Amino acid sequence: MADRRGTTATGVLTAGALRRRRVRRYRGLLILLAPAVLWFLVFEYYPMYGAVVAFKDYRILDGILASPWAGLDHFEKLFNSARFWAILRNTMMISLYKLVFGFPAPILLALLLNEVQRMAFKRTVQTISYLPHFISWVVIGGIVRDLLSPTHGVINFALGLVGIEPINFLIQPELFRGIVVVSNIWKEVGWGSIIYLAAISGIDPQLYEAAVMDGAGRLRQAVSITLPSIMGVVVILLILRIGNTMDAGFDEIFNLYNPVVYSTGDIIDTYVYRVGLEQFDYSYSTAIGLFKNVVGLALLVGANLFVRRVSEHGIW
Amino acid sequence: MASVAHGPTSTARWRPGGARFSAGTLFDVANYVFLAALTLATLYPFWETLVVSFMPAIEAARPGFKLWPYQFTGEPYRIATSSQLMLWGYMNTVFRTVMGTLLSIFLGFCTAYPLARRQLPYRNLFTIYFLIPMFFAGGLIPNYLLILNLGLIDTRWALILPLAIKTYYVLIMRNFIMTIPDSLEESAEIDGATFFQIMMRIIIPLSVPAMATIGLWVAVLHWNEWFLALIYTRSEEKTVLQLVLQRVLIQEDETAMAALDEVMGQDAILPESIRAATVMLSIGPIILVYPFVQKYFVKGILIGSLKG
Repeated sequence: MADRRGTTATGVLTAGALRRRRVRRYRGLLILLAPAVLWFLVFEYYPMYGAVVAFKDYRILDGILASPWAGLDHFEKLFNSARFWAILRNTMMISLYKLVFGFPAPILLALLLNEVQRMAFKRTVQTISYLPHFISWVVIGGIVRDLLSPTHGVINFALGLVGIEPINFLIQPELFRGIVVVSNIWKEVGWGSIIYLAAISGIDPQLYEAAVMDGAGRLRQAVSITLPSIMGVVVILLILRIGNTMDAGFDEIFNLYNPVVYSTGDIIDTYVYRVGLEQFDYSYSTAIGLFKNVVGLALLVGANLFVRRVSEHGIW
Repeated sequence: MASVAHGPTSTARWRPGGARFSAGTLFDVANYVFLAALTLATLYPFWETLVVSFMPAIEAARPGFKLWPYQFTGEPYRIATSSQLMLWGYMNTVFRTVMGTLLSIFLGFCTAYPLARRQLPYRNLFTIYFLIPMFFAGGLIPNYLLILNLGLIDTRWALILPLAIKTYYVLIMRNFIMTIPDSLEESAEIDGATFFQIMMRIIIPLSVPAMATIGLWVAVLHWNEWFLALIYTRSEEKTVLQLVLQRVLIQEDETAMAALDEVMGQDAILPESIRAATVMLSIGPIILVYPFVQKYFVKGILIGSLKG
């Protein structure tokens, strides 16, 4: 029988008492953790609860609790709107382009850098290629606009040298996605290559030595040793990327687009922003955002399940 | 790990000799040329911005590659720095960067250290609690309503508090602290050190590299952040550098484009050189500091990739 201090008659601690004792002994750790627990409650979990306004007709004076329920009205409106399917398509297409062209780019860069023997050259290329990652999309957006400017941009200047009339690139709906994908690669390819270079440097040199003995050339070594050795990292990043399909890049697109290219460039996040904070349709905007987050989560879980089914990799 | 930025050791690669050498050399030449071109393509826009920022407005508006300012002037910088908006933007950006970084390092350590200790009661529960928001979030409007309800609209705290903790950074710091051997703590405990002493004298000094890396990331995040400022601040005294830039570079440009269609109204366009000077004033600090701290940025990625 346990007494007040949590010991049985024979003096052995009960499970509950053990836990209490552990809590008391390590209360310092718990006290340290308290601010973060509170912060997550306010800044992460409360907004999750706040997402219920997607199922309400939010009125600012009533607050979240007192606003009347709307059921699935907003979602019904959403799925019946042609606009929604258009932005969903834009989001998916831009993400798909980024996946097809943007995802392999840093892998290729890492493989090419790995072939460079002059370390000074390699370090210079690396240092400079990481740089744009640290510059905001506001600035990069301004730079892209300058480069593409029909009046003073160097791209149009170069085209002019071969006799092509200036093109106002940023108001061409059919070019917009390409511009988004290329600028994104330009900004992030160097930074993205770091993790692959790290993985490559962890490969056992003996593998290469053995391959050379067997007469493998450099291409053969890259394809048969380097690539398979970094496949684990590639797969993990691929899963995360697929989980991000619904994020086509708000910062980038917001700083590059304009109403003329909405037909190809307006994505879920930019639409959520305009509906919510320019037209103040809080509930409808939240509904679109919630749809996006749920689909995003499903994609992540799905991609992970699929990869685990076909290989030993996975993020959990 | 330390050799990562410098690539594989030279023994890893045995240069093919003899007859196969020519194909290899051809590849090498193409590879060097390609990488050099890529580097130049990365550098050129920044170089052009720098050059244009020292050009007289008329010179800057001329089409073509701008490799050197043949007519040198400091006028664009004088105009850019004399704007009150720019001054407010600079002050607020510096404020949020300093405060935000200190807060993030402090809270990040307070979160990462307990999570790194196996002795933490309910450790798995806490870890899950912190991980869930990585996979699901309320969204834009619920966040906006939160700031509205907290009464933080148009305050500088609205730009700092929502960014105070990032789970990913906490995990990186936790992974780093987990590499500190338990035996260090145990022997200090045997010597009679209290929990607080162990933390202050052993754990914190050893965690400085992780804190520095996270601090740099958060500092860049705050320096470049514009969206929270766009949606949460109203008055011009609360504006940040990136928001000023956005008005100068992006919105101005749209009016300019619309104006081009109508009457070629050149007056609406801010001279190129002043826009370039504004950009240089905002990215200057990053570019100046960057070469010296680059390796710390990279280090974080590598710690983070050790596990999950």
